[in-house]
Amino acid sequence: MSSTPNPAAGASPAAGAEHVARLHGVHYAVDAKPIFRGLDIAIRRGEVTAIMGPSGTGKTTLLRLITGQIMADAGQVLVDGRDVARLDRRALYALRRRMGMLFQNGALLTDLDVFENVAFPLREHTRLPERLIRNVVLTKLHAVGLRGAAQLYPQQLSGGMARRVALARSIAMDPDILIYDEPFAGLDPISMGVVLRLIRQLNDALGISSIVVTHDVREVSQIANMSYILSDGQLVASGTPSELQKSPDEVVRQFIEGLADGPVPFHYPAPDYYEELLGGGAQP
Amino acid sequence: MNGLAAELFANARDFVGTVGATTRFFGRLIALTPSGLLRFRLIVEQVYNAGARSLVIIMTCGLFVGMVLGLQAYELLQRFGSEDALGTGAALALLKELGPVVTALLFAGRAGTSLASELGLMRATDQLSAMEIMAVDPMRRVVLPRFLGGAISVPLLTAVFIAIGLFGVQLVGVQFLGVDQGSFWSQMRGTVELDDVAEGLIKGSVFGVACSLIAVYEGYNAQPTAEGVGRATTRTVVISAVLTLILDYILTAIML
Repeated sequence: MSSTPNPAAGASPAAGAEHVARLHGVHYAVDAKPIFRGLDIAIRRGEVTAIMGPSGTGKTTLLRLITGQIMADAGQVLVDGRDVARLDRRALYALRRRMGMLFQNGALLTDLDVFENVAFPLREHTRLPERLIRNVVLTKLHAVGLRGAAQLYPQQLSGGMARRVALARSIAMDPDILIYDEPFAGLDPISMGVVLRLIRQLNDALGISSIVVTHDVREVSQIANMSYILSDGQLVASGTPSELQKSPDEVVRQFIEGLADGPVPFHYPAPDYYEELLGGGAQP
Repeated sequence: MNGLAAELFANARDFVGTVGATTRFFGRLIALTPSGLLRFRLIVEQVYNAGARSLVIIMTCGLFVGMVLGLQAYELLQRFGSEDALGTGAALALLKELGPVVTALLFAGRAGTSLASELGLMRATDQLSAMEIMAVDPMRRVVLPRFLGGAISVPLLTAVFIAIGLFGVQLVGVQFLGVDQGSFWSQMRGTVELDDVAEGLIKGSVFGVACSLIAVYEGYNAQPTAEGVGRATTRTVVISAVLTLILDYILTAIML
């Protein structure tokens, strides 16, 4: 376990075969507000990697950088050794075909039923005969336990079911990298257990690399090979879940133990409380 | 005074920026159109959604606009003893003005808002982002078929509106007010030329492109919040209505 690691230091893109994605000194800001200030992360191939951190630390932004939806202001984002910022639209789309992403809300297409949602990437990218598409879709739905829900529409699904359908869709093209954005948010314990088990099983059965963005520390610790904790635009700790549990770092302790106050303050920056209450100044 | 000038300047700059962005968006749609036409089924679905589903409102409004036109025109023509010219006057009014303009306004209110809110909600619920991650261009797969479906629907709806409107004029003028049926139709056939029909359809086509473009642009670029989708829907109706009337003047001046 390291408190201020720099896993990408001195590495060249070509040397990244053991890493599926690497970020080198990434800076990114929104409306002049810095989100990342020199972020370095390396994500190992074939493993389940957890990206954790308090809300608002840019975990989802990190995923958007890896998938090329946004570009870093400075630094490099390498996926399979290729600089995402240097790819043209065609090359970026070719790279994305090898990725699957599970959105926080599933992001299912609401005008298509479950079967057609899973078939969507197959119909868009392949010319497979209908019979084969049917078999692939049913296989993927069976893998997530929802073969029987093929004819339902997204609005007829519970939150957990919608996420499992989205998972089936994201593995429809047999991706090399699966990305999960807050996969456990808002799920009941049973659904959470199902999704948790699926993430690990799919990673091992399909031989893929998984990146899980979450703040559910306890849950993800059961399946992650490696965890990274982000705070204040930087990587503050990395290691296996058991290593992070033993970390003396204050930010890590606050995050893992769920303490309300600490290095990450409870209060948003504000003027002095008493002065504001008693001073009779202008309305904030 | 300086503050007012600065605000005016900022508004003018925003307006030019929006016009530029819309033009670029339109250019991208035009560039994608040849390949988009190959996916004919998607366009037919949108012609059904934007066009066929607007038929009831178009036909109802067309009938009543025609009936009101019949009453007003009859009352006016009666003052000059020219009731027999009712068919000609009503046909020209419907073909050259009322048909294309009212159809475009109704389309913006029914199908335009539906397109904008659908795209805005797809943006707010990450459906468009999900497509991008699946290496599917949402402009090609979602926006283009909706734009083409709308653009194709409006001239067709205009033709339906005009036909039903003429039926309404005939119903009031001939059946209720006693205008001679032979004079009504023969004067119309003798006076209305193919150019008048073409003017209506050209206007309908231009309004269709304009209203569909505004709807898909506003929806696609909506802020991904409930308020953002609502604002996009409102802007679609307001901008489409104003643009339709401005284009109507320009096209009328050109085709006179």
